[in-house]
Amino acid sequence: MDTIDQVAIKGETAGETGGAPAIAVEKLHKSFGSQKVLDGISLTVKRGETLAVLGRSGTGKSVLLRLIIGLEKPDSGSVRIQGQDTAGLALDQLSDIRKKMGFLFQHAALYDSLTVGQNVAFPLQHHRKQMSESERNDRVKTLLAEVGLGENDDQKMPSDISGGMQKRVGLARALALEPDILLLDEPTAGLDPISSSEIDELVLKLQAEHHMASIVVTHDLHSAKTIADRLALLDNGEVLIDGNYEQLQKSDIEFVKEFLKHS
Amino acid sequence: MIERGSSTVASLNPRVPGLQATRAPSTVSSFLGLINQFLEWFGDLGIFFWRVVRAAVTPPFEFHELFRQLDEIGSKSLPLVALAGAATGVVLSLEARYSLTRFGAKSLLPAAIVFSVIHETGPIITGLVVSGRVGAGIGAELASMKVTEQIDAIEASAVNPYRLLAATRILACILMLPLLTLAADACGVVMGWVTQALSEPQSLHQFINAGFNGADFNDFLPPTFKTAVFGLIIGTVACFQGMRTKGGAAGVGRAATSSVVLSSLFVILADVVLVKIIIIFFP
Repeated sequence: MDTIDQVAIKGETAGETGGAPAIAVEKLHKSFGSQKVLDGISLTVKRGETLAVLGRSGTGKSVLLRLIIGLEKPDSGSVRIQGQDTAGLALDQLSDIRKKMGFLFQHAALYDSLTVGQNVAFPLQHHRKQMSESERNDRVKTLLAEVGLGENDDQKMPSDISGGMQKRVGLARALALEPDILLLDEPTAGLDPISSSEIDELVLKLQAEHHMASIVVTHDLHSAKTIADRLALLDNGEVLIDGNYEQLQKSDIEFVKEFLKHS
Repeated sequence: MIERGSSTVASLNPRVPGLQATRAPSTVSSFLGLINQFLEWFGDLGIFFWRVVRAAVTPPFEFHELFRQLDEIGSKSLPLVALAGAATGVVLSLEARYSLTRFGAKSLLPAAIVFSVIHETGPIITGLVVSGRVGAGIGAELASMKVTEQIDAIEASAVNPYRLLAATRILACILMLPLLTLAADACGVVMGWVTQALSEPQSLHQFINAGFNGADFNDFLPPTFKTAVFGLIIGTVACFQGMRTKGGAAGVGRAATSSVVLSSLFVILADVVLVKIIIIFFP
């Protein structure tokens, strides 16, 4: 039976094959006031791989994603995106790195004053200025079709569509710049089982087509098993185990057994 | 999911060993805590303003959003500002007529109305009206975007939110306030004439000649352009309060209210300073 370190090392070694991993988080610490949220997290994700980050509510899973994309600054530790250290970079310097990343927020975070089509077009308007309006419109239609939405949906406002559709629009927006890295924060949270399953299938399909490095934060073990190559379980700000589902099942760690039992 | 702001207010609460809490130390510590909050607020405002200035002067520039804000802040505030200016002109005319008649100076009424409007009441009324409408609107809009993670989404999309959201709104306020003041002045003077003419028929031409007799550009331009400073205050305070909101719907309400209250207060305080500066440099 592999120890935690051995399982983690396997993941890191696999990520280092063929150049720098797409995402490398090393000894990340983050506190909010006196509350320690992340206590020395280390993870890597290689291109084409999906890592699911699991844990109880409040264990810092979403904070980890926010640190990776730079919405929060770590207290110590490093975040490397395709080999480049993002710590200490100013807002405009982070922009080049963020253009390679897509982020799906837990509640989609659609711009409520813009239509669905304008939401998806937002990154294109700012970063693909050489595109003509018709090219941009075509790209928006392609993206919406890719996430299972129709041409008639692009004129709707975010408040007029369901939670599941908002997640799809959020996903389309995250994919607009053809990112190398995709970060998904609780993509199935608040959805019914059928919609959750549809989102899982969509993520699998997109991964097969685009071969992105993905991190999916979720507390839904079923979803994690479906879409992820590896699972990392957080507790008390630390990674308890990092491996595939079979390795989790074989783990002797009490918390892992408890988590699997209640999932 | 634990999400907290990047800083918390450090309240000063000195505990002296062996000394039971008495009324005086509690009052002192509360007062010191308030001072601390006050200074922290200004410090954070300064950092925010610096980020906005840096974003505003570096490309890519958000001209589309700027033009949208010029319309939102300028043309959509025009009816309200014009109405306020008109009402001010009526009140001034009624009050000044009564006072000047008592002192045998009724012939000075057109000049009294015109000078009052263009020197002070036009600019300050415009500043306060826009502070209420635009300050609350910007504060609420950005606060709502903050609590629903839309500002984070903008940043995650590699777009600078200080440039897209704050700089455009602040610049639109700076550009539109002088123009809105012109409208308020015009409406104030015209309605002052209408009110005057209802008592003593007088043509608008005669009223304008009498009102602007002896006036020069130093009476008109500095007070009008001081409203650009009002615009800077309103835009900056509203954007700052909106973009640092926490606490869901209650936080949005607090942001909208505090945007109006603080920007109105600072507009009035700035007016005190600006009037003195104008008197010194444009005697």
